[in-house]
Amino acid sequence: MIVETGHFALVLALAVAVLQAILPAWGAHVRDERLMAVGPPAAVTQLVLVVGAFLALTYAYVVSDFSVENVYLNSHSAKPLLYRISGVWGNHEGSMLLWVLMLALFGAAVAVFGHRLPQTLRANVLAVQGAVAVAFMLFILLTSNPFSRLAPAPAEGLGLNPILQDPALAFHPPFLYAGYVGFSIAFAFAIAALIEGRVDAAWARWVRPWTLAAWMMLTLGISMGSWWAYYELGWGGWWFWDPVENASFMPWLAGTALLHSAVVMEKREALKIWTVLLAILTFSLSLMGAFLVRSGVLTSVHAFAVDPARGVFILGILVLFIGGALALFALRVGELRQGGLFAPISREGSLVLNNLLLTTACATVLVGTLYPLALEALTGDKISVGSPYFNMTFGPLMLPLLVALPFGPFLAWKRGDLVAAAQRLWLAAVTTLLVTMAVYAVVHRGPWLAPLGIALGVWVMTGSLAELASRSKLGQAPLPESWRRLKGLPRSAFGTAVAHFGVGMMVVGIIGTSAYQSERILVMKPGDQAEIAGYTLTFKGAAPQRGPNYREEVGVFEVTRHGQPVTSLMPSKRLYDAPPQPTTEAGIHVSWRGDLYAVLGDAQSNTEGGYAVRLYFNPLVRLIWLGAVVMFLGGLLSLSDRRLRVGAPKRARMQTSPMPAE
Amino acid sequence: MKLVLRWFLIPILLLTSAVALAVEPDEVLSDPALEARARALSAELRCLVCQNQSIDDSNAPLARDLRILVRERIAAGDTDEQVKRFLVERYGSFVLLKPPFDARTLLLWLTPLVVLIGAGVFLVRYIRASGTVPAENSRALTKEEEEKLRALLAEEKFQKSAET
Repeated sequence: MIVETGHFALVLALAVAVLQAILPAWGAHVRDERLMAVGPPAAVTQLVLVVGAFLALTYAYVVSDFSVENVYLNSHSAKPLLYRISGVWGNHEGSMLLWVLMLALFGAAVAVFGHRLPQTLRANVLAVQGAVAVAFMLFILLTSNPFSRLAPAPAEGLGLNPILQDPALAFHPPFLYAGYVGFSIAFAFAIAALIEGRVDAAWARWVRPWTLAAWMMLTLGISMGSWWAYYELGWGGWWFWDPVENASFMPWLAGTALLHSAVVMEKREALKIWTVLLAILTFSLSLMGAFLVRSGVLTSVHAFAVDPARGVFILGILVLFIGGALALFALRVGELRQGGLFAPISREGSLVLNNLLLTTACATVLVGTLYPLALEALTGDKISVGSPYFNMTFGPLMLPLLVALPFGPFLAWKRGDLVAAAQRLWLAAVTTLLVTMAVYAVVHRGPWLAPLGIALGVWVMTGSLAELASRSKLGQAPLPESWRRLKGLPRSAFGTAVAHFGVGMMVVGIIGTSAYQSERILVMKPGDQAEIAGYTLTFKGAAPQRGPNYREEVGVFEVTRHGQPVTSLMPSKRLYDAPPQPTTEAGIHVSWRGDLYAVLGDAQSNTEGGYAVRLYFNPLVRLIWLGAVVMFLGGLLSLSDRRLRVGAPKRARMQTSPMPAE
Repeated sequence: MKLVLRWFLIPILLLTSAVALAVEPDEVLSDPALEARARALSAELRCLVCQNQSIDDSNAPLARDLRILVRERIAAGDTDEQVKRFLVERYGSFVLLKPPFDARTLLLWLTPLVVLIGAGVFLVRYIRASGTVPAENSRALTKEEEEKLRALLAEEKFQKSAET
């Protein structure tokens, strides 16, 4: 009954979304306030209904109602509660429901927090948001219904793929989807602006917090996925340039570019056309990501052709929204004239460079991901485009971006002074140089270019700090004065510096672990010792154990360093009950130098009690995800800057506003 | 019948792909230099039955066979290029994770450069062009909007004076 109610709620939500897509837009067109006023309550109602539908499915999962086909196919009664809940979005139908939930959440957020927006703009934004929701709800109800029943009901479910039964992966999709779908707001704003034929600095100011929020979620979502791959897949890799990863990375690259170009538009009214186009492209890439992952086209072109209903439907959504948006853009672009003169060397110029490199990188990833599909579809030839291609093309594009990054914030708007910027960066440059020399002095292995890569990361980190130091006149004014200035800086200044610092951390982590990873592959018997990166590991043997829904074989390694005990690592091999699928659980010891990472392999029949063992030392690898978290925090700081809050109402005006205070 | 498939066949299929490490200890060549070459080469070769994994990363039986094959060729004195050519003859260029530069992949390899230069030229012209046009909106602001703008600007000024 509850499940049917959920199904019904989704149908109702569709009806509400249809109204939301039509009435406010029509109202904005004929300037009818009553019609436009339908938008906000419709968006909130839609959210309530979708939440109801989502909770109904979650309920079916929590109580293991196997009469629901989706639950039967993807859950098992012995699964821990957390994974029964995360199982809701661990499959196609449920994940699309999560997508719609996020869409409704963002739509309702605009309705609730957007009361400072001009009425027509808000009406149009909510209408576009409603139209996107209609498309995806239809998709769920027509091709991917998670509420359909089975009769007779099976006694037990088939279970969730064990490698998905993991805390990081449980929360990876919600963050990822919040990011993807969050960009729909920027998209809706762009369409609304095109409909009205008007884009200005205020528009950019309204669009930025939403874009920033979506970008933060996507940053966290992608890094969670990467972190999971690192410890779960059992060989210490953290990024594979897999098409599924690329599908999430492309909107991130475009979204990052959008964040930066919106700054130019807000401050200087320049780059308007480009920013609007970028807002459209970013969400288009999110949609394309959904198409790539959900249609099965990635596994093979043939898999798509065999069961094309879903793929064709999403392709239709894709064509409708991207094509429609670009057509509207082409139609209206002539009306968007802009001012904002600036010299090539200026803050604007540096942000244009940022956009140029990020969008080129995005185009590269796009072509690399789609090329094999297109070539096979057109000629039947099969080729592979893997990580060597992406490393060769993507890397060189990031190089100038990172070198130039610290200069950007030091350049003035309109016309900057590169020499003056360089002078204010001298301390950062000297620090970078010292670190580079230290790395060359200490490390005598690995590629000879690697220390320069580390230097690049350090340059970005110190350069970001230099900006804060310079703005607070550290070293030029007395300390208390600097402290006062530092405290007086707007939060968005800290946000920029912190986020850029995070980028630097990530670069150091990536180069550190890629260039200096140590690895040993060997057979160990109980009592055997192995050395890696200064650690001595003693294998104590392996023993079977029983977990909540799996059996496992756990190996024990005592770890010492310079004769002192450090830790014991317990990597294991698991075999899950349902479905009976094996996984590896690495034993990881985290230290500030890097991760010691041990994987237990198969028992060796030719050696008594011997096991295949893989040991890794991944230097600085934590900085990759820590960098992402720092980038997220930078975004959070920026978002908390009151200038960026939606509408940025003054306290006094808040009280007279007819809406209830937040 | 479908149910039978789900209940019995899938578990059996899954069981056979028992957990293994990618490179097994018994595969490793005794000469570290040759082994390093084998590893570097394996990272560029696709495990043909996997989804976008190199034979160095994959624990599929086929990947193991290919790894052993690569090591055999290297031990027999083949250069990296010869090993690759040998594998391409057998499996087609699908086996190469770094696609060769030829007529089919021209567009793939040139895209980054073309986009970078094309977008660069476009942006430079765009900046120049926008400089020659006086700043104006397609529609003038209404009175109400102008008031709002003034309020916003005043607020910003107030904040800026608070900063300094």
